[in-house]
This record gives sequence, C-alpha cells and structure tokens, in this order.
Amino acid sequence: MKLQKATLCGLYAVTELAAHVDRQISAAEIAAKYDISLNHLAKVLRTLVRANVIESVRGVGGGYRFCGNAKRVTLYDLVMLFEEIGPSAQDAPPTDFAEGRALGKVLREIDEIALASLRATSIAALVKVIQKETAADPSAAKASHKLGANA
Amino acid sequence: MDKTDDEMRNPSFKSGAATVDDVVIRAAVAEDVSDIADLDARSTGQLKRDYWQGLFDHISGHPATGRAFFVAESRGRLIGFICGEIRAFEFGSEPSGWVFALEVESSARVHSVGTRLFDFLADGFRRAGVNKVRTMLDRRNELVLAFFRGQGMMTGPFIQLEKDLE
Repeated sequence: MKLQKATLCGLYAVTELAAHVDRQISAAEIAAKYDISLNHLAKVLRTLVRANVIESVRGVGGGYRFCGNAKRVTLYDLVMLFEEIGPSAQDAPPTDFAEGRALGKVLREIDEIALASLRATSIAALVKVIQKETAADPSAAKASHKLGANA
Repeated sequence: MDKTDDEMRNPSFKSGAATVDDVVIRAAVAEDVSDIADLDARSTGQLKRDYWQGLFDHISGHPATGRAFFVAESRGRLIGFICGEIRAFEFGSEPSGWVFALEVESSARVHSVGTRLFDFLADGFRRAGVNKVRTMLDRRNELVLAFFRGQGMMTGPFIQLEKDLE
C-alpha cells in the first residue's frame, strides 16, 4: 500500500507527538526530524488540529501536542483525513465478464486485509512498534528521515 | 453521591464494591466452565457449553507443558478468561504458543484485565521454551484485533484460506 506524502507527514507528526505527550513540539522540530517542508507540514498540522487529534499551544515554548486517545485513534482514522482508501468502484475491473468479476474478488480481498490492519492499529500500538524498532537500532532514530525518498 | 469516572465507565468497578485491584488471575477449575460458557454467550450470543467443556478437558486433562486455561476473578465473580497451548509443526510452523480464546466481561474492560490474562499465558509459553505467540481471529473483529495489536502482535507469515464445499 502506498500512502500519499501528506498522509505520511500526518502520521509522522502524530506518532512523534503521541510518543512525547508530556511536552509540546514545534512544527520546525518535526519538519527537521523528518525532512519535511515546513509549509507542507503546516497544512497537515491544521488538518490534524481541526480533527481534534492534536492541539496547538501558544506562547513561549509553544508548539503542538497530542490530545486524542492514543488507544482509540487508529491509522485508518488518520489516513482517511488525508486520502480516500479502500475499494474504489472506479478502479475495479469491469464486472460484465467473469474474468473481471474474479479479479475484482481477489483485489477486494487484498483491500479488506489492508483496511482491517489499518482499523485495528491504534496510535498507541504504533508507538510501541516504533519504540521496539528504536531499541533494536538506536542509531536509526537519530538519523533524519527522508520522507521524499519513501513517498 | 455522584458517580466517579470509573463507575461511569465501568459499573462493575464501583467504589465500595470490586475494583481493578481485586482482580485475581488463576488457573481455571472445572467449576468455572459454566461461567466461562455464560461469559462467552453474553459476548457472542451463542451458548456453547459442550465446546467449552471439551476445551477445558483438553487443556486441563492433559497437563502437558504449554497448555493453560486462566480466569480473571473479581470478588468471586468470573470476569474474564484466556486459554491456549503450544503447538508444533502444524502447517510447517516451528513450536509456538497459540491463544485459542480470550474474553473479558464488557463492563470490566479498559482496566488491563485482558492484558494481565495475556501476560499470564505468554509467560507460561516463554517458560515452556517458545519465543512466539500466535492467534487467529475474524478480521472484522476490530475490537479484539486492536487489543492484540496493542500487545505488540502483528500479522504473521501464515495466511488462512478457505472455500465453500458444494
């Protein structure tokens, strides 16, 4: 599954904030860590604020903080803020012959598995995976993440 | 008196009554099977006494290493259970612990009862020498899928296949 750049920015920002709920983090810090353009990130953060997943804190030491329920907000919830995912009637093979219907059935199966994984993965669960990855390779956590290379 | 947040969320954990601190995890005994079947029926809408009796007998009647059936009890009331065993070389799999069933009374959820049950079973598997725990469930069961993912579980390398037999 390929996610759009804005979606990845949003997921990076939310996991970063959810992993550090005790402090506010500035957009500049997030942009620097993940090598994202600040302008692009600002748009993404506005979407997340409107969805009540994060909130902005004004003043000295201000920034953003996670304000959702990390055990309840899922990857699916976040991805859907930025792009439509799941079976698309437009992209489905034509159903007026058996080959198309059969192919559509297999493609739907793949979509359903992907959606089930996104719906069942909470931000808290993802943060746990990140912590495990970081513990396994601490040097990787310090490196700047080249979003452009992955998107 | 106003209800506390805990009471609002969870009527079974009222102040003065049972609290999460009262929850005890212990090995299931024969007398628990009826309560286990009832708890499962409240969740699934299907009463399956014979199934639970058979599973209990399978696990407790053969106390081989790696088979376990635990219940969570709060002030004498059964509020959850978990069971599983170590299976080896089925479907080409190296020995691993399998969680067959996990259930927590709806009013006792969000208090780590499921996590404690899972940890008990996983510890037993670990002590028995396996380093992998698996389970299988309906992909539409988002609540339980999310629970297992919250325990650090991810989709494994096996894919379950099926077909209608005509």
